[in-house]
Amino acid sequence: MRTSKPCIAILMAMLCPALMFGGTISGKVTYTGTPVRQKPIDMSKEPSCAKQHATPVTTETVVTGTNNTLDNVVVYISAGGDDANAPAQAVTFTQKGCQYLPHVIALHTGQELQVVNADQTSHNIHPLAKVNREWNKSQPPGSPAIQDKFDQPEFISVKCNIHPWMHGWFVVLKTNHYSISKDGGFSLPNLPPGKYTVTAWHEDYGTQTQDVTITGNETKAIDFSFKAKAY
Amino acid sequence: MDNLKRVHFFSAILSFVLAAGFTAVRAQDAPDVGPHPPQPVKAMESHIGNIAGHSAGGKSDYRRYCAGCHGDLGDGNGENAVWLDPKPRNFTLATFKCRSTLTGTLPTDEDLFNTIARGLTNSNMPIWNTFTKQQRADLVAYIKTFSPRWEKEKPGDAIKIPAEPPVTIESISHGKALFTKLECWKCHGPQGKGDGPSAATLTDSQDNPIRPYNFAGGGDDSRFKCGSTNSDIYKIFITGVDGTPMPSFADVIQPNDAWDLVHFLRTLQVKRHSKENDVLKAAGGAIPAYVEKQAAAPASQSENRPAAPASQSENRAAGGGN
Repeated sequence: MRTSKPCIAILMAMLCPALMFGGTISGKVTYTGTPVRQKPIDMSKEPSCAKQHATPVTTETVVTGTNNTLDNVVVYISAGGDDANAPAQAVTFTQKGCQYLPHVIALHTGQELQVVNADQTSHNIHPLAKVNREWNKSQPPGSPAIQDKFDQPEFISVKCNIHPWMHGWFVVLKTNHYSISKDGGFSLPNLPPGKYTVTAWHEDYGTQTQDVTITGNETKAIDFSFKAKAY
Repeated sequence: MDNLKRVHFFSAILSFVLAAGFTAVRAQDAPDVGPHPPQPVKAMESHIGNIAGHSAGGKSDYRRYCAGCHGDLGDGNGENAVWLDPKPRNFTLATFKCRSTLTGTLPTDEDLFNTIARGLTNSNMPIWNTFTKQQRADLVAYIKTFSPRWEKEKPGDAIKIPAEPPVTIESISHGKALFTKLECWKCHGPQGKGDGPSAATLTDSQDNPIRPYNFAGGGDDSRFKCGSTNSDIYKIFITGVDGTPMPSFADVIQPNDAWDLVHFLRTLQVKRHSKENDVLKAAGGAIPAYVEKQAAAPASQSENRPAAPASQSENRAAGGGN
């Protein structure tokens, strides 16, 4: 009993710098070329959703920011990372105004997913999984959140068959070190020293990888540039 | 000139043969992208009642009767597949339409066994009632060799279907209210003709266009993809039809409410003689508007209807279960 306290103190001293003050990989995701124009969505068949949007929302296959930045790119540690378990808190995926908010979610294998219907209309949630199990559930307005988990890493395309314009992604990863680009920016903090492979995935432009070595508490800047598809 | 032409011709052939030869040699160094040699398959079994099926026994029947559409590799790419709509099932995905199990789970052996005998209406899958039960059981076992899911996962638990309450005009009326509330009409149409606002946009999980079921189309011999009895209809919307836009309603319909929906769906089959249509006719041919308080139906209406709230929640867990 007497030895346990110093042991904990030593453990904390060893672990804390790695966890709290580890290295960071951050940077920007940009595109070159001209991305395909996103189409306005006609929701007139679903008035309860159409009236939620003053101006028609567009498809979200390619979402860009200023200075050629690219959004909704999932940047994650694909090799070299720790084999951490799934976080206890659930990842929420909301259907509102007949849109998926957000368009892309990332979650750990085994992490709980919560699908919420905030609309006044029925949706069906249909993850078109190929490695994991494909399922398809109806969720009328007011029903409780649908909860599920995915066991295998996979980029799962999700759709609502009732509202064919609704399309999103469940990105199931074997790591907690991921970041979904916003205004092109991403950041992967709390990385212990080591050699990492960083992968950037975009639903239309594919994947890119870079190898990065982290020593100590440094911040390494890396950028990804995707070539826009012409169609 | 003729000779020169001939020389040119032969040298063209020669260079073509050489180039082909080089490509062949290079292909050996190239990354492995071609079709893989068949892996040794693990023997699978099936159990339907007291019949045990073995994949080894199903192989010759599969190659003789099934491979033409479903393919030697079970991937739905048999030589007839290009001509078919809907496409033959791809057994390597282990996603099946007709199940007694919840969405996302494997069907039971019995589900597959029944599907083979029943065939799939509105598709090219015929009724295979010429097979013996042993042949069908062997085929079920053989189909299971195509996906590793059958080794890693157990089939889902079969849903529990409570005994059917009597058909009444109240039951039909409540079913109609559910049909509206759950927005079945979005695809199937207000009259169940398969012409709802979303119908034209539907695709299956392989991105092939697919039609919602037209209830009004068939007569007395009309069947659903996954059966023709009232229990089959119950099963279809509770489990969902995996691989298609039809979702599972297991979490959103209570067991006895589900029977009310079944009774209403039967009335959409306007050209089919049924007890539901008889009850509707006796009530004057029009479905009365559903009044909410009827939800707490008296226990005397049916002995199968749970009387006390306690047993209702129990029943809910059993039928709509997770």
